[in-house]
Amino acid sequence: MSVNTEPTGPEAQAVAGNAGAAQVPVPPGEAGVMRPVPGGGSVSSVMQSRRRWEFMYFAVRNKKLMLGLVVEAVFVFIAIFGSAIAPYASSKTFTPPGLHPSLNHLFGTTYPFGQDVFSQWLGGVRDSYLVGALGAVSAGVIGLAVGFAAGWRGGWLDELLQLLTNVVVCLPQLVLMIVISAYQTNRSTLFEGVFIGVTGWPWVARAVRAQTFTLKARDFVDMARMSGRRATSIVLKDIAPNMASYIFLVFVLLFASSMLVAVNFDFLGLGPTGTMSIGDMMNLANQWSALQLHVWWWFLPPGAAMTLMVVALLITNVGLDEVFNPKLRQQ
Amino acid sequence: MRRYFFKKVVTYLVTFFVATTIDWGIPHLMPGNPVEIYLGRFNISSNAQYLALQKTISQAFGVNVPLWKQYLDFWSGVLHWNFGISFYATAPVTHIIAQAVPYTLALLIPAIVLSYVLGNRIGAMAARRKVLDNVVLPIGYLFQAAPFAWLALALSYFLAVRLRWFPPSLGSNPGIGAGWNWAFIWSAIRHWFLPFLSVFLVSFGGWAIGMRNLVIYELETDYARYLRSLGASQRLVRRYAYRNAVLPQLSGLALALGVVVGGNIVTEVVFQYPGLGHLIFLAITNEDFFLLQGIFLFIIIGVLLANFVIDIAYVLIDPRTRLSMTGATA
Amino acid sequence: MSVKIDNLQIYYSTLRGEVKAVDGVSFSIGDGEIMGLAGESGCGKSTLGNGLIFLEGRMRHAGGKVTLDGKELPIGNPKAMEQHRLRSVSIIPQYAMSALNPTRKIGRMTSDLLKSRGVDYKSVLEEFRRRIALVGLPADVLDRYPFELSGGMRQRATMVISTLLNPSLLIGDEVTSALDVSTQRAVGEMLMEFRDRGYVKSTIVITHDLSILAQIADTILIMYAGKLAEKADAQTIVSNPLHPYTQQLLASLPEVGLRYDEAPLVGIPGRPPSLLDPPKGCRFRDRCPVAFEQCAAEPPFVELHPGHEVACWKAIQDAQSFDEERATQGAAR
Ligand SMILES: Nc1ncnc2c1ncn2[C@@H]1O[C@H](COP(=O)(O)OP(=O)(O)O)[C@@H](O)[C@H]1O
Ligand code: SF4
Ligand SMILES: [Mg+2]
Repeated sequence: MSVNTEPTGPEAQAVAGNAGAAQVPVPPGEAGVMRPVPGGGSVSSVMQSRRRWEFMYFAVRNKKLMLGLVVEAVFVFIAIFGSAIAPYASSKTFTPPGLHPSLNHLFGTTYPFGQDVFSQWLGGVRDSYLVGALGAVSAGVIGLAVGFAAGWRGGWLDELLQLLTNVVVCLPQLVLMIVISAYQTNRSTLFEGVFIGVTGWPWVARAVRAQTFTLKARDFVDMARMSGRRATSIVLKDIAPNMASYIFLVFVLLFASSMLVAVNFDFLGLGPTGTMSIGDMMNLANQWSALQLHVWWWFLPPGAAMTLMVVALLITNVGLDEVFNPKLRQQ
Repeated sequence: MRRYFFKKVVTYLVTFFVATTIDWGIPHLMPGNPVEIYLGRFNISSNAQYLALQKTISQAFGVNVPLWKQYLDFWSGVLHWNFGISFYATAPVTHIIAQAVPYTLALLIPAIVLSYVLGNRIGAMAARRKVLDNVVLPIGYLFQAAPFAWLALALSYFLAVRLRWFPPSLGSNPGIGAGWNWAFIWSAIRHWFLPFLSVFLVSFGGWAIGMRNLVIYELETDYARYLRSLGASQRLVRRYAYRNAVLPQLSGLALALGVVVGGNIVTEVVFQYPGLGHLIFLAITNEDFFLLQGIFLFIIIGVLLANFVIDIAYVLIDPRTRLSMTGATA
Repeated sequence: MSVKIDNLQIYYSTLRGEVKAVDGVSFSIGDGEIMGLAGESGCGKSTLGNGLIFLEGRMRHAGGKVTLDGKELPIGNPKAMEQHRLRSVSIIPQYAMSALNPTRKIGRMTSDLLKSRGVDYKSVLEEFRRRIALVGLPADVLDRYPFELSGGMRQRATMVISTLLNPSLLIGDEVTSALDVSTQRAVGEMLMEFRDRGYVKSTIVITHDLSILAQIADTILIMYAGKLAEKADAQTIVSNPLHPYTQQLLASLPEVGLRYDEAPLVGIPGRPPSLLDPPKGCRFRDRCPVAFEQCAAEPPFVELHPGHEVACWKAIQDAQSFDEERATQGAAR
């Protein structure tokens, strides 16, 4: 192995661990993927079935994972059946406006419109999930493609894609979106979701690139030599399952960060036209002086829901990481 | 190292070029015509009057010449630090931006630096103390997950509207003119605190959790195992782990800049804090496109400068970037 | 006998149960002896090696005793063990090439390490430099960062650091693996040089590759599935192995002169048993071509010839019939 094959510098480092920049969660780097199972190769094909079993074994015993999944499940339920369980149409008005939370109106009504906050909230959860999913999928696909191409091919393609990645990093996502959306009068949920993805992929690309490098350069070859197994068997039995788990973690984090970006965006009034997302609710509350008028039930529940959804995703991520990565299981 | 900086500078130049082109191109490529949008704001009844006004505005917007010339004109404006006139505020864009910048920097710099430093310290402490970890982890996640707007609204509601400890909005007491006197400074600090706290808390959560995880990860690396095998003290192993965990945190800082800048905009809007974020909001709602263009480029320049500072810091603390002559693909 | 190990057991506690990676192992190593420890990957070599110096994570000292220079080594007690590390027992870990802190200069890291062990760096600096030169590293290595060196150079630096305080026992885990043949030989020679100069008294060289041991080891210990299979001097193991497993290991070696990675990977058919719940009787039984009824009981590790210990019923039987033949021949004469 030559002296300096490993990428160095901020980019490479960013993915070497669980770099937790504010709201730019970066998944575990090497920790998550390239560690071979304890005991090396000889146990690995037995591990195939055993590993699945072991995964379930640790998964159901991981409190963080279970808690995260339960909370997430509740919100998914809301997202799917929200409109069915919503007590009122979200545009329906009640008089007098600004009712306090009560059994009739769980989260009260808005002021001065008099709309049911709970019904809007149910729809807001759904809209946020939709945008989060769209953003995560588009960012994930772009990031994976760019990162893998850069890491696998190397050379000038790598240089070019890295430049592209670094340029997108330097462009602040929200500011860029503000400028573009300001001139765009008819905006859809699809537009917002894809936009979030198109501007939010760089850290994925970096992480995947580094992983691909590691895979290509080091462990791959060594593991093949040390355990005397064929390269294809290593790719299929050790690397692919691990990489799959890694990609899954990436999606979980992308989902969380996309929803948060969308809230910022909607709060500034730049979200999709004609929807009532969590960010829209807080935007309206702020514009109609809900703070000064003490209509706290208008802006507290939406943000709380978002915070809970994101916390649940984050701890799901940590729990999954512990399950996938035996090294972290110890506590 | 030279190669490292060369690449960095190329990246910055390309970014600036791309940003400027986007800044210029978007109004031209989008379906809505800025002149029409602008004129739509006035209630113009007669057609002749409309056409006359359209001509004047087109001239003012510089859209009555070929596209390529418009593009070059735009660059010339940028290089001369001239972004035109803000229609909404009827003053040169650069002038308005210059008034807002101190407020934004006063929020961002302390929020970023303090959250980074404290988050790293406390995260590293949490990594080795179970009791502290049980406190830091949930609180960190909560802050990290909270939307900027919500934390700002909640803080404003409880600490300003309800408890009246702080003023709920603006950058200083409107009754006191800006100046170097205690009354103004005290009022500015009181107005500054809540927006600062909002941005700080969200970032702090991220750094603390990131650091905690990184330190735990570093403690499992080969060099840490080797040191422990040879009987090195816990202190030494932890010191190494901390030092090495700071490196990815610093690159995380570069990644997080865009997010913090975005969060800062939202926070300023909530508190009507007179920085660039609030200004950008005013520009959007008033469809003041020159102002928007100017702020956009200004923020890009700020982010690029901050990136540059981080790169220098990185080179100072990571010998790998400092010394590798070859192969540093960063 | 400077190192004596009695019935050592080291287990991993996992949620599924205990992995009996080292399950009742006894042997000893003399002063100035280099003992090779060989066996397939996963048979417990590293666990044994690490267990003698540092029980990490889920490793547990489940029984047995280790005596070093006449005193018991408290391997199960991390606190008491601390003072012995580096000073009396040391290790060149399997991951030697990545064992150095990437952001500290090698000299600085060594100084930090020694300081935390209460050793004055200055007092050993001269010796450190001498040994750095001895292993063929340039003098300025102390002022370099690990990433400025090749993997081989990093490994040699690790070798020097690990042996700087002249430990009585050195464990070298896979020090020759993943190296090309000429470098393997060089590393082997360094280990011999260290022994000859008295930097270390006894050495355990762990490897899954027998061929290198034939060149550098005085004695070779063959391990299988957490237990000892055979032990004899290197020449005997290579030329006259008695355990069927050793015989197969030797047969699977690539021909001399063939590069390791070009060699056809024959291996031994079948795979070792799980150490979570190892089978009763001889652990090699279901892969053994000469297994018979008696192998349902666990074979003892006995000395069949002077200095040649084997755990195999077949070998015991052969030895007995050989002795009987001898006896009858002698009587006839
Ligand atoms: N951390 C661990 N937890 C559980 N089992 C382990 C762990 N490390 C190793 N083992 C098991 O212990 C056995 C011996 O491993 P090891 O000593 O590393 O083998 P070797 O060095 O001979 O290749 C293997 O079967 C492996 O599966
Ligand atoms: S004891 Fe029996 S099964 Fe075990 S190696 Fe000897 S002959 Fe084979
Ligand atoms: Mg091993």
